[in-house]
Amino acid sequence: MAKARKIPEIAKKPSSFCPGCGHGIAIRLITECLEEMGQDTNVMFGIGVGCSSLLGGVLETDRLHCLHGRAGAVCTGMKRVSPNQMVVSYQGDGDAYSIGIGETTSAAYRNENISVFVVNNTNYGMTGGQMSNTTLPGQKTTTSVLGRDCAITGSPIKFPELVSDQFNVAYAARGAVTTPAEINKTKKYIKEALTAQLNGEGYSVVEILSACPTNWGMTPLQSVEHIHTKVVEHFPLGEYKTREAK
Amino acid sequence: MKVKVESLRCKQCELCVVNCPKDAITFTEEFNEFGYRTTVIDDDKCIGCGICYTMCPDGVYEIIGE
Ligand code: SF4
Ligand code: SF4
Repeated sequence: MAKARKIPEIAKKPSSFCPGCGHGIAIRLITECLEEMGQDTNVMFGIGVGCSSLLGGVLETDRLHCLHGRAGAVCTGMKRVSPNQMVVSYQGDGDAYSIGIGETTSAAYRNENISVFVVNNTNYGMTGGQMSNTTLPGQKTTTSVLGRDCAITGSPIKFPELVSDQFNVAYAARGAVTTPAEINKTKKYIKEALTAQLNGEGYSVVEILSACPTNWGMTPLQSVEHIHTKVVEHFPLGEYKTREAK
Repeated sequence: MKVKVESLRCKQCELCVVNCPKDAITFTEEFNEFGYRTTVIDDDKCIGCGICYTMCPDGVYEIIGE
């Protein structure tokens, strides 16, 4: 029989995410890793605005809801003032890559010693499914009713690729919370990101592809299928920058 | 019993049902207080592998272990 497994203490309150939403799995993986590293009582979260804000109701640990998109800047301050505490930002794609792209990119550019987790569901979920910078070409949202036309909106932003190509960051990866195998890989990426911070190696980011059945107009199972057939085409999974010191 | 089921948290997403390698999980006729159908595990089929714990976004399952 497999080993005992239980929702981490700091994240055991029920969430109000939609049925089949991937946020619940992402939060569990992050808090499992913190617990396994003995850091679950030594962590401060900078929480984004959007569906990611619902994390606030789940967590029993220090946390701050940042101004929309500004968690990169807020977490910079937290970490510089409290360098011995783990500082984790938890944001969505609309928050981190659209509204807050300036702060998110600047924190990576400076190689701040923080861990950034961005749940990418290719739209602004909380506010009613508007187009974000990660919305797929042709994807219909409430603000791209005919499908996203990249000729006038730009193309989906690939943040882990951007920072690993251009900046001196410690770790960058993209996972998905869709199947047991992908979830296990994503947990490994999250552990690497947190370990990089614990060792003072610098900025780490893990983007997490996650289902948004409500705004995609799909069942949870169709949403998982959609990620595997469509979303990963634009957002390939894997590690983009691995840690130098292992 | 190998898995503890906290039915009140279930949102009927089906992710556990389709991923259980032993087809041990089915939906019951019962609704929880939020209006979602709840799941039940056939203990004879269950091997305690923990995949339902891994897949559930809502913390319904606890694997008891040895
Ligand atoms: S522990 Fe494994 S076998 Fe048992 S119900 Fe869960 S997924 Fe199925
Ligand atoms: S994965 Fe969790 S929430 Fe979804 S049907 Fe199974 S027990 Fe319910």
